[in-house]
Amino acid sequence: MSIRQNKKVAVFTVEDLTKTYHTGEVDVYALRGVSTKLYQGELSVVLGPSGSGKSTFMNIIGGLDTATSGRVMFKDLDLSGASETELTNFRRRHVGFVFQFYNLIPSLTARENVALVTEISTNPMRPEDALALVGLEKRMNHFPAQMSGGEQQRVAIARAIAKNPEVLLCDEPTGSLDSKTGRLVLEALTRINDELGTTTAIISHNAVIHKLAHRTLYFADGEIVREQVSDKRLTPSQLEW
Amino acid sequence: MRTLDKKLLRDFKRLWPQALAISLVLACGVATLILSIGTYRSLDETRRAYYERHQFASIFATASRAPQSLMREIGLISGVAGAQGRIVEPVLLDITGMIEPASGLVVSLPDHDTLRLNKLYLRSGRLPTPGKSGEAVVSDRFSKAHGFRVGSTFAGILQGRQVKFQITGVAMSPEFIYALGPGDLVPDYRRFGVIWMRQQQVAGLTKLDGAFNSVSLTLLPGTSQPAVIAALDRLLAPYGGTAAYGRKDQMSNAFLDSELKQLQAMAGVIPPIFMFVSAFLINMIMSRLVALEREQIGLLKALGYSQLAVSAHYVKLVLVISLTGVVIGFAAGTWLGDGLTRLYSEFFNFPFFIFQRSLDVYLLAAGIGIAAALLGGLKSALSAASLPPATAMRPAAPTLYRKSSAFGQWLASTMSQLTVMAFRHLVRWPLRSGFTMLGTSLAVALLVTAMFSFGSINFMIDTVYFRTDRQDATISFSTPLAPTAVHAVKKLPGVLSVEPYRVMMVQMSHGSHSRRVAITGKPQNMRLSRLLDIELAPISLPSSGLVLSERLAMHLGAQRGDVISMKLLEEGWHEVKVPVVDIIRSYFGLGAYMDIAALDRLSRIGPRRSGVYVELDANRHKEIYAAIKAMPKAASIALQTQSLKKFRETIEQNITIMTTVYIVLAVIIAFGVVYNSARIQLSERARELASLRVLGFTRNEVSRVLIIELAIILLVAQPVGWILGYGFSWAVVRGFQSDLFRIPFVVQNSAYGWSSIVVIIASVLSAFIVISRVRQLDIIRVLKTKE
Repeated sequence: MSIRQNKKVAVFTVEDLTKTYHTGEVDVYALRGVSTKLYQGELSVVLGPSGSGKSTFMNIIGGLDTATSGRVMFKDLDLSGASETELTNFRRRHVGFVFQFYNLIPSLTARENVALVTEISTNPMRPEDALALVGLEKRMNHFPAQMSGGEQQRVAIARAIAKNPEVLLCDEPTGSLDSKTGRLVLEALTRINDELGTTTAIISHNAVIHKLAHRTLYFADGEIVREQVSDKRLTPSQLEW
Repeated sequence: MRTLDKKLLRDFKRLWPQALAISLVLACGVATLILSIGTYRSLDETRRAYYERHQFASIFATASRAPQSLMREIGLISGVAGAQGRIVEPVLLDITGMIEPASGLVVSLPDHDTLRLNKLYLRSGRLPTPGKSGEAVVSDRFSKAHGFRVGSTFAGILQGRQVKFQITGVAMSPEFIYALGPGDLVPDYRRFGVIWMRQQQVAGLTKLDGAFNSVSLTLLPGTSQPAVIAALDRLLAPYGGTAAYGRKDQMSNAFLDSELKQLQAMAGVIPPIFMFVSAFLINMIMSRLVALEREQIGLLKALGYSQLAVSAHYVKLVLVISLTGVVIGFAAGTWLGDGLTRLYSEFFNFPFFIFQRSLDVYLLAAGIGIAAALLGGLKSALSAASLPPATAMRPAAPTLYRKSSAFGQWLASTMSQLTVMAFRHLVRWPLRSGFTMLGTSLAVALLVTAMFSFGSINFMIDTVYFRTDRQDATISFSTPLAPTAVHAVKKLPGVLSVEPYRVMMVQMSHGSHSRRVAITGKPQNMRLSRLLDIELAPISLPSSGLVLSERLAMHLGAQRGDVISMKLLEEGWHEVKVPVVDIIRSYFGLGAYMDIAALDRLSRIGPRRSGVYVELDANRHKEIYAAIKAMPKAASIALQTQSLKKFRETIEQNITIMTTVYIVLAVIIAFGVVYNSARIQLSERARELASLRVLGFTRNEVSRVLIIELAIILLVAQPVGWILGYGFSWAVVRGFQSDLFRIPFVVQNSAYGWSSIVVIIASVLSAFIVISRVRQLDIIRVLKTKE
């Protein structure tokens, strides 16, 4: 808490970011000069309609994609000019991802899905501890097909945080879930942000979620149209879905 | 074009590398089927036509000297359509430019009549003029080997008389489609030729005026061959008749039979392997395609397409793949068939070759190919059709993996998660993993089957040339001589040592079994030409009793201790009884052996020698060959070094061609199986692999998941392939077994090693092509789509 309050350290510094896709004969401008900063320990929510550029933004800062122009700095590391290998290393060391469709490995149990990441990390937590953080300590030896959607998503979160990443990027983590399960997932995410201090960004369609955030970025037509910082945050159980 | 058909064409275009890999496997099946059945028919039909047009005899017999008048009685045997008596005599040849003597067979032609049986095909020149001394027609290959033309001359010794042959023509005969010289394992046309001369000439040279020593018969349709043989034997017995035999035992015909048998065996083994693998591969990619297009299938059905239309759509794709394979197979089969036929025309002497490219062979091959493909694709097509649209449009349930046993869990805990992923995926689809492994192992097995022959042939060469027949030359006498003749040979310049032998034609009987064989008498302690027991250790002949080769013992149903009744055919069929004292290993013919002194005691005409095995001074070949050429009583000579050289040349050429073909076939199977399996893995696991990339795994680490799975399949496939290959090789050896020759069953470790190396290289390359695609994984797109 103290870091957030007293001295804001920028984890991501984004300057004039553009991304253009060439599909057939048409150029699609997914990002048109986005500039912003995400700060250490903050939970940011990225809102916007479909096609507004929020996922492209997240993919670029997460090292899954590269920008057409502009600059992305992760602390002192310039991601804009990074090679494929550098981006892989960046993801491996610093970033945890959570997606709408969980993307678990069906042939690995919950514990093994988490161990997949801890095996290649330098300072991981125990897979069991990561699963306990998301409340799945009793479902560790189940395969994805034996779990509900919410459970699968929480395994994905445990897998994302098990390496103690500096940032956790979540793209529509509740998109495939009902409100009750979605709330459980959000609880896991806020708990991690609070307890571990992991810088977290959540993309959502669901505007209600911004009430959890320290900072909310509103995207429209490839631009950030509004940025809002809130001091008063709700807990997931207080959200009206 | 209908819209669904457009989709079909685009699917095929998209899937072309996989489809082509399968089409090629199928093409191999179609091609080998056309090759084996087509060539079988061509060879069989050519032989049939040649035999028919040239009146190839059905029954053959020899005698020492039968009067011409007997021919009338032979012709009157019930069921005989035609009979021809003649003189056949071995001759030693002295050909300009050849240091060593060559061997020939002089065959008489009727003086004024035309040949009624075993008619010649005159390639050039004319038949000899009756009464003209030395005029002869020679066999085509022999003439070619020496660059002879009409008018060329060469010398020979026939029954001790110098003869100067003058060539009037070059011919072929249905009796000598495959012509082996004395002691040879493969034809050597430089050292062996057939010479046809007029009867009067041959009779004069062999002192067989008014007589014949060989007779051939053709039979009326429906005649019992054994009855005619029995009647002929009775007529010839007083004249040294040595038991008549049918085409089955005629040397040239028997070799053709054995070749035809091999083609038949090939048709039964190789094409089914390819058909099976194609069916499996088609099953694999069609199942995946249907899984991928699940939602499209749902949509089609929601739009009102019938089950039939949906399944027909997928069946059509199978048809396009299989038709591609059939077309390639037709082309390859025709091309390979031409090649094999050319090889046959080099090996066998036919004046013409009838290509049996009948439509039905092609239709059969296409039918079997398409049927195999449909069998492979039908299940997927039907399952696509039976998906209810509502279910189809929902994503398929995630693949269910179950908890493994305690041991499995312990094992998993010892491995990295990437390895666990590879293992679980393998075990989750046991049937598919099993078939992929089996497909790969069949490639290994095919290669083992092609390569084991190197080891077997080398083993056979070692056994025959270096452990059994260690003499440098075998000289056979034109008539059995008194034992003193052996001493005369010993005194020839350059002869280091000699060992006599005596050959007697006998009819052996044991119980209901009976065989006409040559029994060879050898000295008890053989040093040059030896006999080996079943374990291939040299034996010495017991002072009495018979030693039988295992093949002959099998035919006679005889074991050690059994008493065999033998009729000595050249001695008026005088019958004796002899016990079997040993059974030995032999790769050629139906050998029977006795101590030469014991054989002499059985004979009523006393000790005789048919020839000698000789050891020569390697530095004095010129002298010794000159001396042998001048030997009046030498009928033929077999030279071990020359014979081995020719054998190696021929076998190497054949094996090299065969091995090349098999390597291509095995590489196609390995490529087809591994490439498709890796592509399917990649398609099924794109999401998993993309997730791994997102989690920070490098491309190499991600590729490892695929590599581990393929490596496990490839590793398990090796021993399975070796076992299957061992089995196939054994079947080949069994198929080759005939009274003429047997191939020892020896599979050297190098056959397994090279087979595995070829398949592993082919597999690694095909896997590499697929794995390079891991680089092109679109991480974002994969993760953003629903499974």
